[in-house]
Amino acid sequence: MSDVVTAPPLTLPDRLSSIDEPVKSIRTPAAVRYTYSPGQAPSEFLYKVAQKQLTGRKCPQCTKVYIPPRETCPTCGVTTLPDIIDLPDVGTVTSFCVVNVQFYGQAMEVPYVGALILIDGSDIPLMHLLQEVDVETVHMGMRVEAVWVDEGDMGPTLESIKYFRPNGEPDADWNSYKDNV
Amino acid sequence: MRDVAIIAFAQTKHRRSYEGTSEVEFLAPVLQEVQAKAGLEKKDIDFVCSGSSDYLAGQAFSFVVTLDAYGPWPPITESHVDMDGAWALYEAWVKMQTGKIDTALIYAYGKSSPGSIRRVLTRQLEPYYTQPLWPDSVALAALQARVGLDAGTWTEEQMAEVAATSRRNAKGNPFAQVVDDAEPATLLSKDYFVDPLRVHDCPPITDGAAAVIMVAGDKAKELTDRPAWIRGIDHRIDPAALGVRDLTVSPSAQLAAEKAGVADGNVDVAELHAPFTHQEIILRNALGLGDGVDVNPSGGALAANPVMTAGLIRFGELADRISRGEADRGVAHATSGACLQQNLVAVLEGE
Repeated sequence: MSDVVTAPPLTLPDRLSSIDEPVKSIRTPAAVRYTYSPGQAPSEFLYKVAQKQLTGRKCPQCTKVYIPPRETCPTCGVTTLPDIIDLPDVGTVTSFCVVNVQFYGQAMEVPYVGALILIDGSDIPLMHLLQEVDVETVHMGMRVEAVWVDEGDMGPTLESIKYFRPNGEPDADWNSYKDNV
Repeated sequence: MRDVAIIAFAQTKHRRSYEGTSEVEFLAPVLQEVQAKAGLEKKDIDFVCSGSSDYLAGQAFSFVVTLDAYGPWPPITESHVDMDGAWALYEAWVKMQTGKIDTALIYAYGKSSPGSIRRVLTRQLEPYYTQPLWPDSVALAALQARVGLDAGTWTEEQMAEVAATSRRNAKGNPFAQVVDDAEPATLLSKDYFVDPLRVHDCPPITDGAAAVIMVAGDKAKELTDRPAWIRGIDHRIDPAALGVRDLTVSPSAQLAAEKAGVADGNVDVAELHAPFTHQEIILRNALGLGDGVDVNPSGGALAANPVMTAGLIRFGELADRISRGEADRGVAHATSGACLQQNLVAVLEGE
């Protein structure tokens, strides 16, 4: 009996036993967890969305109304007015994209329409889905309304709006959205 | 060399967490305050340069989003460094030397609260041999402290002395986070946190932001009675591989201090970016600061350590002290990387 513990002989695969074979790659998986804060102004927006109400905030300098609201006007760099402005769930399509290509992780059936929607009373279009519409007929200036999820499924997320759909109103005048295209 | 001066400084009240507040929201008031202090508006500012790290927010290009706090319209000239804001200040200073710009706003922010800062900082290490081991920032500093203790370069008592002085000095700093009157002996009676470091040897975890405005030539004199002139500035780097370094000394800080001209005159005050107590001792030695130098009258990084920001704050604190007439010539220092790997040193002077 011996007290000395001998390490087992190191056996490498042949291809690694020679230094003539360079290491071509290594894998070093890494993950870091974060708790994301959307911020005070976006938080107040998300809580109101959970109550089926869209809101915005106004810049005192350029008077633009932002949705989602921001604490600071990104154009002027000044603090927005503290008043929360209630906005309707109706707006105008300023631009759109018909998606015809399947891609990994896609939640929607093709074709579907992603649209920039200028909510009435706001100055920044919101991106959302457009459904209950023939994709061939989607166009700039189309008037649309939000279709909300069922009461029980409402939450502090824009997914509380299932999608937008045409509301049957005549097209908006070009001048009403020309600054947002 | 073109004369360049710091004429205004603003910072947040530093806290463990600005939870529920976005980077834009806690930075915007600082940017508004620094412009008001300088008496300048956006149209007067030629260049905006910032320092931050997307790894803190966990979002790629989050520094672009944060520009909303400034309001970059009409389009601005802008740059960003993934380093402490002191290096953004250096970039702006170089741009001023070219004569292309006369005014610059430099800001930095570090919101560590969304993630685990000790894990996040491992991501700045060399990626093949060190990063996969996840050696965290406190553990690496502990290795450095151990080397110095065993070599007799410093003692645990001297380290506690640094902490006690920082915390006491921070009593005069309304923006500081760790403030108290504890005696070194009391601090030493506490258990080790990461042996041989106790909690007082380590920086607090901080959310914070800061901004300075820097102006070239005669314009600085027009805007303020006593500008803090940058007389010398230089930054150097030690190897990334920790094993090849003697961790008890800082050759890069020493060289940067030589190039910046620290020894060319009397130093009244030094704001050193030393996140760990033993690192202040290393820096005092590297910069050749004698006992007569008032080191970190603000409390330094041991009193508030917003990552990517604490170095720029050293510039702001020193410039304010000079502008108030409380110092004539001082040294500002910033560090980045593990165990004081990168060091930036500047000499600031009143008239």
